[in-house]
Amino acid sequence: MTKEEPLVSMKGISIEFPGVKALDNVDLRLFPGEVHALMGENGAGKSTMIKALTGVYKINAGTITVNGQNRIFNGTADAQNAGIATVYQEVNLCTNLSVGENVMLGHEVRGHLGINWRKTHEAAKTYLAQMGLTDLDPHTPLNEISIAMQQLVAIARAMVIDAKVLILDEPTSSLDANEVQDLFQIMRKVRDRGIAILFVSHFLDQVYEIADRMTILRNGKFVEETMVKDMPRDVLITKMIGKNADELSLIGTKSRKETPQAATDRPLASVRGFGRKGSIYPFDMDLFKGKIMGLAGLLGSGRTEIGRLLFGADKPDKGTYTFDGKKISIDSPATALKNRIAYSTENRRDEGIIGDLTVRENIILALQATRGMFRPIPRKEADRIVDKYIKELNVRPADPDRLIKNLSGGNQQKVLLARWLATDPELLILDEPTRGIDIGAKAEIQQTVLDLAAQGMSVVFISSELDEVVRLSDQITVLKDRHKIDLMDNDDTVSQQTIVEDIANTSVSGQSQGKEER
Amino acid sequence: MSKPAKQQSEDEDPSFLRRIFGNQLIWSVVAFLALILVCTLVDHSFLSLSYNPRTGGLAGPLITMIQESARYLMIATGMTLVISTSGIDLSVGSVMAVAGAAAMQMLINGVNVWMAILISLAVGLVLGCINGALVSILGLQPFITTLIMMLAGRGLAKVITNGQNADASGVAGSGPLRWMANGFILGIPANFVIAVIIVCLVGLLMRKTAAGMMIESVGINQEASRMTGIKPRRILFLVYAISGLLAAVAGLFATASVMRVDVVKTGQDLEMYAILAVVIGGTSLLGGKFSLLGSAFGAVIIAMIRKTIITLGIDSAATPAFFAVVVIIICVMQAPKVHNAVAEFKRRRAMRQSAEVVA
Repeated sequence: MTKEEPLVSMKGISIEFPGVKALDNVDLRLFPGEVHALMGENGAGKSTMIKALTGVYKINAGTITVNGQNRIFNGTADAQNAGIATVYQEVNLCTNLSVGENVMLGHEVRGHLGINWRKTHEAAKTYLAQMGLTDLDPHTPLNEISIAMQQLVAIARAMVIDAKVLILDEPTSSLDANEVQDLFQIMRKVRDRGIAILFVSHFLDQVYEIADRMTILRNGKFVEETMVKDMPRDVLITKMIGKNADELSLIGTKSRKETPQAATDRPLASVRGFGRKGSIYPFDMDLFKGKIMGLAGLLGSGRTEIGRLLFGADKPDKGTYTFDGKKISIDSPATALKNRIAYSTENRRDEGIIGDLTVRENIILALQATRGMFRPIPRKEADRIVDKYIKELNVRPADPDRLIKNLSGGNQQKVLLARWLATDPELLILDEPTRGIDIGAKAEIQQTVLDLAAQGMSVVFISSELDEVVRLSDQITVLKDRHKIDLMDNDDTVSQQTIVEDIANTSVSGQSQGKEER
Repeated sequence: MSKPAKQQSEDEDPSFLRRIFGNQLIWSVVAFLALILVCTLVDHSFLSLSYNPRTGGLAGPLITMIQESARYLMIATGMTLVISTSGIDLSVGSVMAVAGAAAMQMLINGVNVWMAILISLAVGLVLGCINGALVSILGLQPFITTLIMMLAGRGLAKVITNGQNADASGVAGSGPLRWMANGFILGIPANFVIAVIIVCLVGLLMRKTAAGMMIESVGINQEASRMTGIKPRRILFLVYAISGLLAAVAGLFATASVMRVDVVKTGQDLEMYAILAVVIGGTSLLGGKFSLLGSAFGAVIIAMIRKTIITLGIDSAATPAFFAVVVIIICVMQAPKVHNAVAEFKRRRAMRQSAEVVA
């Protein structure tokens, strides 16, 4: 296989965003009939590389060769025409159409009177059968099947458009073990048809199971391309983390942690039987001053839903909320902020930043809202607050008059953190505060979280990266399928592995529903 | 920390005018001066001012122009705030008619003139609040909500006047209202002075409190604003209420100048003028950052275009076309794409020149 010419060859790819060099001279080769894993920590440049290959981003330097031809992608259509198909983490199909319509979209079978829907669905059935999906009725509306099935449908669609390259970006992050096996089976079938698969996953086991070759990225730079079987796991991890291993390992070591608060201590916030239909099953939670509560679970497990409920972004329909000894009823973010509860959203773009306002305005907005419209923060006070947080959180560029939309993701995140810190919260809920930001900013934010807890703030830390949760948290709440399934004191017995096993081995419908639903 | 940044931005646009009016408004200024030039060429006495001892005020074409602009200033100010929340208020013209009808009918019915003014303003405020409630609490679309109010308002005005064009010109004791529309303060039309004061008050309310920032925030990203603890519903309610109240002031200006309300024509099409003034002033119809100064300037330009039409004696059938052409020219000159193209052209020319110098 290795003697063959690569199907896709990306050489010397560089992409720059204002203030960040996202990719710096990166190479990537995809061979036909091979599964190629793109490895790296969050922020290493994996998704940027994929976006370069799919035409979402224009490259600043480098060449992309597909099938021996030099290609310049000015848009996603160019990449698709070159035979590159993508299945994203959150599937990009039309949920309002049927499975068959999705598979055949743009390639419907035509008769004399326009589209022949019967034949179209038959053709879809053939393609699905090739994937081993013989039981799936093409007439089923897409929104009635699971995310896992939707991904398989998306792969079937890639076969219809005769893709030569299939990109799977974190396809397994929300799948259970059986679903992963189904997916792998289909991936092998697709691979054996001579298609090049680019696979991105955080799960090392899966990479070692399915991938033939891998490219390792770190900090936007190319580290190594190698066959998977020649790369021991410990070496891979060292190469992925690189010299930043020292930097990160300093942040939050377990020895730092004292024993968790005794049960007799009064929690700062405490909820009982708290829940909301369709979002999270009723759960209990106690949050203590100076402690970090990590929420661990897969995408869609209810992590974010808990954060939103504690902040009043969604209204709970069950349960009680006690804060600082008083029963409170949080029905909106405004009341939460009055009670000195702050929540930093995972959806930075849609629910976080106010893009066309300046850094200064974005920082003082929440504090201003708690004071009311007609009690403006005096200019001097605002400047003091803004300057303080720009310095403390190291926001770059340190220009309060710049529009926040022109900052890099990591710096936007710091500005949002500043916004919530300016309200002087007692309870701070951070939802994915380090997602999609560069490793330097990530380390800074992690350190800030620890400092805040040391100063007595109660923090809820939500992250899809288990290692982050394990390093920072005092206690970890484990979630699965919208249920709280466990609460762990984060001592030496707890590791990423124990949490993963906990999630894998706990059956939700059996025990916890009976235990927690009242 | 903010100092070097400020210096930098001043270095970027050194022109004095630009610093005052912002990049976009400079073209409004140019257009305004161009219209005056055209009018002066046609009517050599266009810029002449004379003192009229009978009225105690200045007289001349420019004076009648700013007299007319007062009503546009009012509705454009309200419209700016509404548009900043990415909404629109199509009902301002009708609210003008309702408020004017209320004032005239009250006078005819023998109500004290101050009471009549107060009731008229209250009517405008209530109509604005109804718009605000429908948009903010029920979440109706601003376009539909205010379109309905626009249609309903005309009907309401007819109900108030029993379908007549109420004429209060013969009513004694209406002096203050007449003065408001036709009087002078230090030789300058009273309604223009009042309008400018109101615009300044609204400006202070917006910029000296946090109202302006919150309105912009809601206009840019309503959900993110809610997450910061802002109450978007209150903000939306507020801007429509203000718009209704200011439309009532405009209605008073419009009716008091002749002491008569025309239930069909008073305020007709003025919602469009208000929107145009806002656009000329540089506030995006997509919401977000707003400029009251820009809109005020836009309102004066609207009045100036109308004055130009009269001065040039343009056929009444062709006036909408003339209006449209001028507005389009201003908007094109302000468009960022045009700006970029001009900047690019200048850069190339400068590079060519420096290349020639080297050669």
